[in-house]
Amino acid sequence: MSVTAPSLPAVRRRPGRWLGNPGFVVAAVVLGAILLMAVLAPLVAPFDPYEQVLDRRMLPPGFVDAERASPAHLLGTDNLGRDYLSRLIYGARISLLIGFFTMLVSGVIGTVLGVAAGYFGGRVDAVVSFLVTTRLSLPVVMVALAVVAVVGGSLQVVVLVLGLLLWDRFAVVMRSATMQLRGLDYVLAARAIGSSTPRILLTELLPNLASSLVVVASYEMAQAILLEAALSFLGLGVQPPLPSWGLMVAEAREFMLFEPWMIVLPGIAICVLVLAINLLGDGIRDATAPEGRA
Amino acid sequence: MRQALLDVRRLSVRIPVEAGTLHAVRDASLAIGRGETLCVVGESGCGKSLTSLAIMGLLPPGAVRSAELLSFDGEDLLRAPRSRMRALRGNRMAMIFQEPMTSLNPAWTIGEQLAEPFLHHGKGDRRQARDRAVELLERVGITAAASRLVQYPHELSGGLRQRVMIAMALMCGPELLLADEPTTALDVTIQAEILRLLARLQREMGLALLLVTHDLGVVAAVATRVAVMYAGEVVEEGPAEAVFGAPRHPYTQGLLRCIPIPGETPRGQPLGTIPGSVPSLVGGFESCAFRDRCPHARAACAEPVAERMDAAGHRWRCILEPSG
Amino acid sequence: MLRFALRRALLALAVGLAVSAIAFLLLRVSGDLAAAIAGEDAPAAEVERIRAQFGLDRPLLVQYAEWLGRALLGDLGRSLFYPQSVSALILDRLPNTALLATLGLLLALLISIPLGVAAAIGRNTWVDRLALGLAVLGQAMPNFWFALLLIIVFGLMLQWAPISGSEGFASFILPAVALGWFSAPVLMRLTRAGMVEVLSADYIRTAHAKGLPVRTVLFKHALRNAIVPVVALASVQFGNMLSGSVVIETVFALQGIGYLAWESISRRDFPVVQGILLVVALFYVVLTMVADLLNAWLDPRIRRAA
Repeated sequence: MSVTAPSLPAVRRRPGRWLGNPGFVVAAVVLGAILLMAVLAPLVAPFDPYEQVLDRRMLPPGFVDAERASPAHLLGTDNLGRDYLSRLIYGARISLLIGFFTMLVSGVIGTVLGVAAGYFGGRVDAVVSFLVTTRLSLPVVMVALAVVAVVGGSLQVVVLVLGLLLWDRFAVVMRSATMQLRGLDYVLAARAIGSSTPRILLTELLPNLASSLVVVASYEMAQAILLEAALSFLGLGVQPPLPSWGLMVAEAREFMLFEPWMIVLPGIAICVLVLAINLLGDGIRDATAPEGRA
Repeated sequence: MRQALLDVRRLSVRIPVEAGTLHAVRDASLAIGRGETLCVVGESGCGKSLTSLAIMGLLPPGAVRSAELLSFDGEDLLRAPRSRMRALRGNRMAMIFQEPMTSLNPAWTIGEQLAEPFLHHGKGDRRQARDRAVELLERVGITAAASRLVQYPHELSGGLRQRVMIAMALMCGPELLLADEPTTALDVTIQAEILRLLARLQREMGLALLLVTHDLGVVAAVATRVAVMYAGEVVEEGPAEAVFGAPRHPYTQGLLRCIPIPGETPRGQPLGTIPGSVPSLVGGFESCAFRDRCPHARAACAEPVAERMDAAGHRWRCILEPSG
Repeated sequence: MLRFALRRALLALAVGLAVSAIAFLLLRVSGDLAAAIAGEDAPAAEVERIRAQFGLDRPLLVQYAEWLGRALLGDLGRSLFYPQSVSALILDRLPNTALLATLGLLLALLISIPLGVAAAIGRNTWVDRLALGLAVLGQAMPNFWFALLLIIVFGLMLQWAPISGSEGFASFILPAVALGWFSAPVLMRLTRAGMVEVLSADYIRTAHAKGLPVRTVLFKHALRNAIVPVVALASVQFGNMLSGSVVIETVFALQGIGYLAWESISRRDFPVVQGILLVVALFYVVLTMVADLLNAWLDPRIRRAA
């Protein structure tokens, strides 16, 4: 029997286990639906999310107050008479965009650092570990708020700031995964036949790190979405009149005593999206985990 | 028949697995009298360890125990409530395990762990527990016993830890000691020492000892009775001299051929092996489990095999006529 | 142990320096400090005078060294908005945040440890699924939203607790629940994972073989070993709570350093922001060091190593 079979899971190995996990299937369907909705927002949304109709302000949804509700506005309207459902649909675009690009930026930084630390070890590893420790000591929300306050709030700034702050988990996971892989036969063989270091990293290591990468990526994307919402809620993220879900909660705050549904709805939207992404990540982790671990 | 201290009849252990039910132990019968040593031998995976765990009521969750009789000093353990089992365990019946490296709790000192069963079973106060611990540590051959009490398990070698485990099992003066392959994880030189120690303690303290092992050399030296297990069954059981002198079951015969005898087995000659492999124990089967590997197998071996017994209390499961 | 402690302290020192440099730079890139101090309509000459007076025209490294030297002596500069020094402001607000974080952590531990132990014992039963479901749901909720829900339900509808301010113990209840809620899932998962691993350990079987009652086996033998990483994580979580208090304190208008940070950021009162950043980060550095040392000390295998 071979003792050197790679112990790291390949994503392709057991596709059946994904479908057997109901949480994973539901999460995938929900996430797919949100994605589709976001892409097709102009077609799906019943109204223009920015159009203010001043005589139709703060209409509640039908299930909250059937008498005051207007059948045209399924989820009511906000304090400026903008259709809530349409704003929520357009809000998904912001959350997904920020989540995805933040994950991309932090993923690139973290993966480069982590793979370098794991592959070269020694001094490189020490420097990366130091960077990770330093990064962890910085309070994310405070630093992000301060930077946005200095540079000004916009989608790009939020993505960049969060991307520069959320790479630590990528680095840690990639480092240990690379270390595990480095000792395996086929990487040693690639070195023995004289492959150059970047070549080995690109062709041998990265494809095998894919499943760990996907799991961390899903987690960080969820984190980024939550943080963007928090920043926007505090007024130092995405700026009005963009329909960020966090911003919608902030705008609804004044009316929380009489119209609590205005706060509840965007919150649920964030919850559902984050939950779907997390469950998807968990499903991938479970499906690719070594036997017996669940 | 003599009143055995431990009497086990038709003990079975079933473990539900994905593919069905694993019949890990099937209809195993054993008995040990006071002051006797019963050695249970067999290949790994034959159910020896599970048998001893089943007797102690320490099976892993999920494993199901059933038996016709499981009695300790005349008391029915099958129907004993958990509280009764806890009162017996570590007190009148004790056990030592295969892995001394991991069987001691890393967070507590040796002294604390030694004192625990003594205090819990109400044998005395802390002072007495300490004195008893020092006495037993010395008895199991640990030097500077008093200073060991404040040490943590990781500060001791594997051999020392197994001696501590033995001392711990003896704290309450048990009548029955189950030793589940106590030396497998140790260095060869230490293995012999530990086994000699167990044999000496058994004699000195008049223990009934159930020793699970696959070292037939040891068995020949210490056993009063021997039980040979194969694929979850006790295929042969009887007085040591009978089992060694006139093995009835082809599997036992094969096992005995595997022992090199100094002076008799020529150098360089390959050791005896039994060809083939153990059948899967998932799902039930009625026939002789050994027939695929047996040199004497015949058509009738596919039928259920009845247990046979001779006048000396030597039992075996094989349809072959004893030919010597 | 001593060598380990020394090396760990050295690392903490290095990280502390790096963090202070980041906090310093953040203020310097935030714009012209001299102009900010001088005020919006100040003439150019006045700005230059202030620049010279505060030494803002010297090389960055010199300025950093000077700032760090003063910071070490407790002088973090002056607020651009309040008439107080930054250190006085922080010291004034710190007790509220410390109380909030302590309460939050206690609540989190109170929920997570029993739940984690129960989930580990009843692995794959409804208890386990419930605990896991709560954890997954808890981690998916935005913290400001959860805090607002608490305000709506317990503050406005049921009127059980005050919804804002920092007067009296009662006003800390809802913020502490909101803060603790988000640490509970990760603490719970770690407790569960630790217990699951420990419960299958050989020494647990040994403990059962001694005839010990289940309670003793669970708490003396299992939890004692499973709790080690949880204790370490709890101190890290405490550090996270100090920084995570920005959102919660702002929602509840609780006068702690988190709220002060948000106010100061909104007012571009950067000396205060810088000071808070430094204090919170150093707290975290010290707490993680304490966590590591605690971890080592709780594990006799590390404690006894020379």
